[in-house]
Amino acid sequence: MDRKKIEIPVMADLFARGKKPEFLFWVGCAGAFDDRYKKVVKAFTKILVHLDVSFAVLGKEESCTGDPARRAGNEMLYQMQALRNIEIFNAYEVKKIITICPHCYNIFRNEYPDLGGKYEVVSYVQLLNAKLEEGKLKLSSELFSGISVTYHDPCYLGRANNIFDEPRLILNSLTGNFVEMRRNRRFALCCGAGGAQMFKEAEKGDKEVFIERTEDALRTGAKIIATACPFCMTMLTDGIKYKNREEEIKNWDIAELIAQSLDL
Amino acid sequence: MIPNLIFILVFLFASVLFYFKVRTIAHDINLGKPVEIRDNRLMRWMHMLKVAIGQSKMISRPVAATMHIFVYVGFIIVNIEMLEILVDGVSGSHRFFSFLGGLYPVLISAFEVFGIAVVTGCIIFLSRRNIIRLKRFWSSEMTLWPRSDANIILITEILLMSAILTMNATDGILQARSNQHYPVVGSFLLSGFLQPLFSGLPDSTLIFIERFCWWFHITGVLAFLNYIPYSKHFHVFLSFPNVYYSKLEPQGKIAHMPSITKEIKVMLSGNIDYNAEGSAGEIGQFGSKDCRDFTWKVLMDSYTCTECGRCTSSCPANITGKKLSPRKVVMDMRDRLEYLGRNIRKHGKEFKDDKSLLDLVTSEELWACTTCNACAIECPVNIDPVAMIIEMRRYLVMEKAAAPAELNAIFSNIENNGAPWQFSNEDRLLWADNLEIKTN
Repeated sequence: MDRKKIEIPVMADLFARGKKPEFLFWVGCAGAFDDRYKKVVKAFTKILVHLDVSFAVLGKEESCTGDPARRAGNEMLYQMQALRNIEIFNAYEVKKIITICPHCYNIFRNEYPDLGGKYEVVSYVQLLNAKLEEGKLKLSSELFSGISVTYHDPCYLGRANNIFDEPRLILNSLTGNFVEMRRNRRFALCCGAGGAQMFKEAEKGDKEVFIERTEDALRTGAKIIATACPFCMTMLTDGIKYKNREEEIKNWDIAELIAQSLDL
Repeated sequence: MIPNLIFILVFLFASVLFYFKVRTIAHDINLGKPVEIRDNRLMRWMHMLKVAIGQSKMISRPVAATMHIFVYVGFIIVNIEMLEILVDGVSGSHRFFSFLGGLYPVLISAFEVFGIAVVTGCIIFLSRRNIIRLKRFWSSEMTLWPRSDANIILITEILLMSAILTMNATDGILQARSNQHYPVVGSFLLSGFLQPLFSGLPDSTLIFIERFCWWFHITGVLAFLNYIPYSKHFHVFLSFPNVYYSKLEPQGKIAHMPSITKEIKVMLSGNIDYNAEGSAGEIGQFGSKDCRDFTWKVLMDSYTCTECGRCTSSCPANITGKKLSPRKVVMDMRDRLEYLGRNIRKHGKEFKDDKSLLDLVTSEELWACTTCNACAIECPVNIDPVAMIIEMRRYLVMEKAAAPAELNAIFSNIENNGAPWQFSNEDRLLWADNLEIKTN
């Protein structure tokens, strides 16, 4: 089997050559620095190349969107980051942004416009589902046949932005055996990482939120827990380990499941 | 003549009393910062039709939703009968609308059906609160007063409905006995079943019971009307405007702070002229420490809350035993606002005490929020506790530099490295090294 190296297009290089990609692919901090989540970014990048989507990344020019700062109350830092990012987007004449992280998606789509940054923001699950509907992305349930899959709604795709159907449509195409958790969609339980909780110890309580949510997932009996957010992934993967179930139960991102099924 | 006069006086007194109390609540809400919400009128009306009038968010808990529809629709419908009671009370007529002929007993019978629905709903609600003791009605912020408040409301509604049914039952017996004061208007569907309880009584006792129930009902309604503004039950009025003015944007969006943008622009331009229009000099405090620092809409949220606790029962922090309870945050806001409003009316606008909302809502509660928005999505009347929490976090961070140490660390990482973790920006593309794809 032949393999070809993927050269990731970087915005500054393309721009220097007078080219403009259709999408800015916003990798996000977890995609850049979290070893587990890097694999998700790689999988999604392969799918982008496979689908022949015109994109580029900012690379070293990418910086934090300001989301954790904003939700922790540091509006000053958020706006500094946002204004800086908007300046870069505008310099590269960015019109469309693809995000994988729901927090980045939410802040670009809903909050940057208040600071003058108005873009068409697309979550990767929306893009993938659109390609699926157009027939450009062909998925078969061969690889995962008979394996049950459940899906954990990230708060910032689901409740925050009403993206509930796309991930389910994709997962239904990948597996004939999709099961819902008890709390799902609008009523899905948070993984515990949002609002900058990811970066601090939880307040005193009698349980960790990620364990409560992992129990929801385990109760379905699914062998695969699909996620669509880097922080949810950290939390649920930890939860599975905490429950000593990592041998039999895997936590994959939707992009990874697609890349595996396409054998990219 | 005298009963009519007493009726008119009681009615006017109750109305005026209600008006003045509602005015104090309007005063309290208007202590909030101004914000203009005049956009998308049509969409707001539709939203109100669906969420407030149509109760669309109640459905997620079907038992409560069904019982609430019983009480809600029942109460509105039965109150149509108030029209007749008013006319009778003022003019001295008896069952004024009986000129409707055959339609009249049908209407009254329908009211009786709804009345029974209200009683059923209230009994089930009472048992959920006091016998089954659902967790959300017994969590820590549900102290003696909120629990009693709920019971007072439910028991009052049962008593009011029972009075109407008893009144109709005795009226029916008197009609059958051809009592001259009780002309035949037809028989009523449900109160007929109560008649055996009273059928052995002489006319005079029946008239006494019938009149007593009539007066008990109308004075009860007027008293209840004046109780409502002191109670969580005020949601029967505020739900509608509160939903109308609620956020139409995706729930994930939090409110913009233009004052910060101004400050940053001033900082970046190096033009710190504190006297110039729109300069940093006018900015004042960042974030919210006390009720008056929030917008009137947030304050309206707090007066709209009926303490159902759906928010708290869906909060991941609360479910896992943390101190945070979104309902408590909203109740604290309202209790503090009531206190402030009362004192401001007494002592004038400059009133200050050495306390603030942050003495009621602790930072332990505020920092436990994951901003998951489960509370806001659950709220049947679109209260947004996350907006309150974020505003107070803003105050803690930007005015008090009182963020937890780990968060201060991520702030400085974001500032210095452009990421919440301590990695160099130079390494942002390392993931892309040696990335290969299968070729066909």
